[in-house]
Amino acid sequence: MGADQVREVVIKVEGLTAAFDDRTILENVSFEVYKGEVFGILGGSGSGKTVLVRHIIGLYEPAAGRVFIEGQEVAAAQGDARLALLRRLGVMYQLGALFGSMTLLENVSLPLEEYTELPAEAIELVARLKLKLVGLEGFEHLMPSELSGGMQKRAAIARAMALDPAILFLDEPSSGLDPVTAADFDQTVLRLAQTLGITVVVVTHDLASTFTICDRVIMLHKQKKGIIAEGDPHELREKSDNPLVRHFFNREPEAETA
Amino acid sequence: MAQLTFTAPDAATAILALAGRLDAASLGPIWGEARRALTRNPDRSIVVDCTRVDYCDGAGIALLVELLRAERAPEAAVRVEGLREGFQRLLDQYDPAEFRAPPPRREVAGSFIERLGRAGRSLWLGIYELITFIGEGMTAVVAALRHPRSVRWRDAILVAEEAGVNALPIVALIGFLMGVILAFQSAIAMRQFGAEIYVADLVGLAMTRELGPLMTAILLAGRSGAAFAAEIGTMKVNDEVNALATMGLDPVRFLVVPRVLAAVAMTPLLSIFAVLIGLVGGAAVMQLFEIPLYTYYSEVVNRVQLNDLMGGLFKSVVFGVLVAGIGCLRGLQTRTGAAAVGLSATSAVVTGIVLIVAVDGIFAVIFYYLDI
Repeated sequence: MGADQVREVVIKVEGLTAAFDDRTILENVSFEVYKGEVFGILGGSGSGKTVLVRHIIGLYEPAAGRVFIEGQEVAAAQGDARLALLRRLGVMYQLGALFGSMTLLENVSLPLEEYTELPAEAIELVARLKLKLVGLEGFEHLMPSELSGGMQKRAAIARAMALDPAILFLDEPSSGLDPVTAADFDQTVLRLAQTLGITVVVVTHDLASTFTICDRVIMLHKQKKGIIAEGDPHELREKSDNPLVRHFFNREPEAETA
Repeated sequence: MAQLTFTAPDAATAILALAGRLDAASLGPIWGEARRALTRNPDRSIVVDCTRVDYCDGAGIALLVELLRAERAPEAAVRVEGLREGFQRLLDQYDPAEFRAPPPRREVAGSFIERLGRAGRSLWLGIYELITFIGEGMTAVVAALRHPRSVRWRDAILVAEEAGVNALPIVALIGFLMGVILAFQSAIAMRQFGAEIYVADLVGLAMTRELGPLMTAILLAGRSGAAFAAEIGTMKVNDEVNALATMGLDPVRFLVVPRVLAAVAMTPLLSIFAVLIGLVGGAAVMQLFEIPLYTYYSEVVNRVQLNDLMGGLFKSVVFGVLVAGIGCLRGLQTRTGAAAVGLSATSAVVTGIVLIVAVDGIFAVIFYYLDI
């Protein structure tokens, strides 16, 4: 996508401050995510990546600032407006958050059963296709507890994609995946973003995956409580004048600058 | 919206034209129609014409896979044509033939004999686990008594506070209710014989010997037995129990001993409390029947012997061990997942109450023969 094109803003975060009691995690964070791009939220552990995502999807209310999804303010959306908003989102949680009392197929079918008019056999097939997409064909009738951590994570991704959401949030999708599956998954994300125009917001610290899939990234830092870099990950790696950013992208220890 | 038109220009071919947005929201109505078009024309070769499809998400792709996966004669094949390149790539990720067979299901136990065998085995395993647990628990408690410093007293005191002190209001409420009901119902009958004063004997004996300890134990099972099972069960699910084991810390010593000791210390105290409140309830009712408080008091004191109280308290101690032990055992037996924690808590309460009733029956027989 050329920079001169006017791009449709899907997510707009304005002066967001995230705080729990008197502990401030993020301060005055602003950025925009455009339609159809794969947007990475990077940063070391504890830098507030997950907290940021949870504010965007409306799980937490911002201490200050506002978040808009497709022009609608998330915190202000109530009742039907909120449901309509949530239907546009798919969220994969860091630890999977699969329902332990349901098989994988039932986990993926659940949103389809609740939100669509599709006949039962259609729902089953859609769910099987999603599971195939993350390499879990043959495990449809297993319970989440019978799977390894990486497989649970893949199933969680399949569930997040069940309704083909307009915006897909992935919280550390590639951690816990073997390199081959992770690479396959990267390709899947790219295909979805390019063909269906899905916007993907991915929280990650997997550098290889970042360089493959992310069009743009922001990088958060724990001490700065906010964004220390924004842009194309390749350019940031080569050209950033911030040592914190260069260390991160080149996978170097931070000790020498500290 | 998604649209579907079916045309059959000649006897050998047919065209199934799809148009519009093929997505999860709009496919419901045409899914069945599209399938029927195929099954009704088993001998025609069918072209699925997608030139007028504007959008096709995962559900749309699923419809195409559905049409392609059916097993048909080679001369009656199904082809998808005119799908935009991007959507075609989404479709190409799948081999429709793979989705012909239903996904593999786990074997469920087949014959009656096999199921009987499995049930018997799991029953035996349950008993075996119980015996092992009783053994481990006893060893750990004996070890704790021999080396009191090895016990985590801080945990024990926290549990004692939660299971004992915080249970006072509910124990008081039920104890009072018991005393009132017992006194009121018996007083109505006894008044016909002018024997209201014996209500004091009845309330005193019933509360100290039976109802006080029994009711306290049942409340303990519902409050703390379930809590122990849920807490230890959640720790088990989160691998915390395994973490203890790999640190060389025995889960029984670490988790079970403090809880059992705390429950054993608290149950008799709660029981005494319940008895006293029950007697107060009885006294309150007696005022309605114009029996003076002092008469009631001296009747209770004359009638209820130390033996009765001690017997009741001894039962309380045993109930405390049972309830806490079963709560911890069910917690440690928790399988995986959130549902398993719920099952453990349920099972802790049910097993706890069944054991209380059974053991109470045994005590009744023993006390009868020993004439206590």
